[in-house]
Amino acid sequence: MTFLGLGDRTWLWLASACYLTGFVLGTVALLRDRRHSRLAMYAIVATGFILQTLGLYLRGHAVKGCPIGNMFEIFQFTAWSAISLYLVIGATFRLSLLGYFTSCLSAILTLVSLVTPGWDATRRINAFGNTAWVELHAALALFSYGVFALLALASGMYLLQTYSLKHKRLHGLFSFLPSILELDHISVRLLVAGVVLMTWSLGIGSIHWLQDLSSVDTPKLLTAGVWLAYLLALILRLGRKLDSQRLAWACLALFAAALLSLGPVNASRHPVPPDVPPPASKP
Amino acid sequence: MSVPTLFLLGASHQTAPLELREKLALAGDKLAALHGELQSLAGLSEFAVLNTCNRVEIYGVAAQAEAVARLQAALCALNQMDATVFEQIRIELHDRPAIQHLLEVAAGIDSQMVGETEILGQVKDAYAAAQTRGTTGPVLNRVFQKTFQAAKHVRTHTAIGEGQISVASVAVDLAVKIFGDLRRCRVLVLGAGEIGEKTARAFKSRAVGEMAVTSRRLQRAEDLARAFATRAIPFERVAEALPDFDIAVCSTAAPQAVVTRAMAASAMRRRAVRPLFLIDLAMPRNIDPGVADLPNVFLYNLDDLAKIAEENLALRQAETERVRALLAEKAEALWRQVEPRIGGNHTEG
Repeated sequence: MTFLGLGDRTWLWLASACYLTGFVLGTVALLRDRRHSRLAMYAIVATGFILQTLGLYLRGHAVKGCPIGNMFEIFQFTAWSAISLYLVIGATFRLSLLGYFTSCLSAILTLVSLVTPGWDATRRINAFGNTAWVELHAALALFSYGVFALLALASGMYLLQTYSLKHKRLHGLFSFLPSILELDHISVRLLVAGVVLMTWSLGIGSIHWLQDLSSVDTPKLLTAGVWLAYLLALILRLGRKLDSQRLAWACLALFAAALLSLGPVNASRHPVPPDVPPPASKP
Repeated sequence: MSVPTLFLLGASHQTAPLELREKLALAGDKLAALHGELQSLAGLSEFAVLNTCNRVEIYGVAAQAEAVARLQAALCALNQMDATVFEQIRIELHDRPAIQHLLEVAAGIDSQMVGETEILGQVKDAYAAAQTRGTTGPVLNRVFQKTFQAAKHVRTHTAIGEGQISVASVAVDLAVKIFGDLRRCRVLVLGAGEIGEKTARAFKSRAVGEMAVTSRRLQRAEDLARAFATRAIPFERVAEALPDFDIAVCSTAAPQAVVTRAMAASAMRRRAVRPLFLIDLAMPRNIDPGVADLPNVFLYNLDDLAKIAEENLALRQAETERVRALLAEKAEALWRQVEPRIGGNHTEG
């Protein structure tokens, strides 16, 4: 399936180019010690989001389901989730530099997935069969990963701002960062949102797993472990047992762990149908 | 041949020392007297007087260059200043360079504190006063209105106004970097040192949520509290009260630390996740430097704040050339617009 004669990957390349443009323009502005236009950054990222949505829609049509069937699609979907959340948060909280860092992360996730041919060599058609609940579980889990991606960005910004204020280095990139308290508040909200989404996802998944206990394998336990770690961080934070700085480090480490767990999770899913030819939509 | 001209005549801190600026200042009735004289000055069709502590500048439109000479004579006579002395400190510019100068003044790059914003308000006041007296016309109206736009443009599109350049404002800026919205912040002012008081005023002007004052002499604390329309707390209660405040400004004359590491650590245990911003403006220092090692505690002393202010000023100064180039383009465009309104044949110079 194509749109305007262009296949899904072409639209995803265009989206990636938008994110990269946002990142490059933001970097140039920072190097010149200028504040980039938040509105311009928002518009660039929103354009990328529209193009990526179109690309993923075409891919979804081709694979007859949510496009999260291989590593390429998982990375694309995670970036898409982070961007969609940024478009809401960025407009609501007007956090300076969040758009820049989001475009940077999305450019990396989408470009890496696009330039790694092995990740999209085979596509799972109807990967979740007719089990819509499992598909919903997977989509929600990946969406929560997008939330955690944004949380990792906010945490990174928090640590940068803390470093800047502690070491009295206030110029350049540091001068444009939001306040520590704003970053802390947004991090806690993202943590709550991510944990709720992942709990929902695992709740749905567990109904399926309980019917077939043999399907509970190491990768699923890994995912549950990631969820448990985030849940623990949230409980400790709400109980004021974890200070903001430790929470920020924990969120960065947990997101790295969550990304690393994607590989085993993806590999463990239904066996890949041998030599499924790529759909005709590939340009 | 004498042609109509848009001119600037005056002196500023760039050309005149303080004693001469004092003599030239148009305080009280002198300004009104000058206005009266200029309104009847032959050949002067429009004028506006910019009179600040750092400059006396008269912008005007004259039918002939002789009118400017007559204006200079009137200014010197009014201030009882010898014409030869005035000529040593005089700034006299015509046409496009006069516009360029006004743009630079309004943008703050001709100020002593580069990038300060107060001057723009003063230029606006000067223009408003001239309008009220009916001494502006099509040329100065255009020039001043475009000047305000240009000043706003450079402030938005360059770093000329970025970073604070006074210790008190730097402290407020840092508080914003930590807490964001200061309206929910509580500030404790320890001591009644001059710089501490200035900093407290800066916080007050940013509408902090709550402020309390303490001093080793309760009477002094109560006086200060009245001045800030806030409450005084006994000095002995500082350790007990510290956890309730987000920002502490210290400027007591105490010879030893007023806020110790143990005191700050104890406060942080009670504050849980909320940061604490400690500002030490005293000499000798009032806050144990060891508190800086505590997580979520941010300590800045007088040297730190002064260094940031100096760095900000240096950054602004580095930006002036860019601003000047930007304003040169605007001056050129504006001159093209007003030249036909002045009349006569002008050559660039």
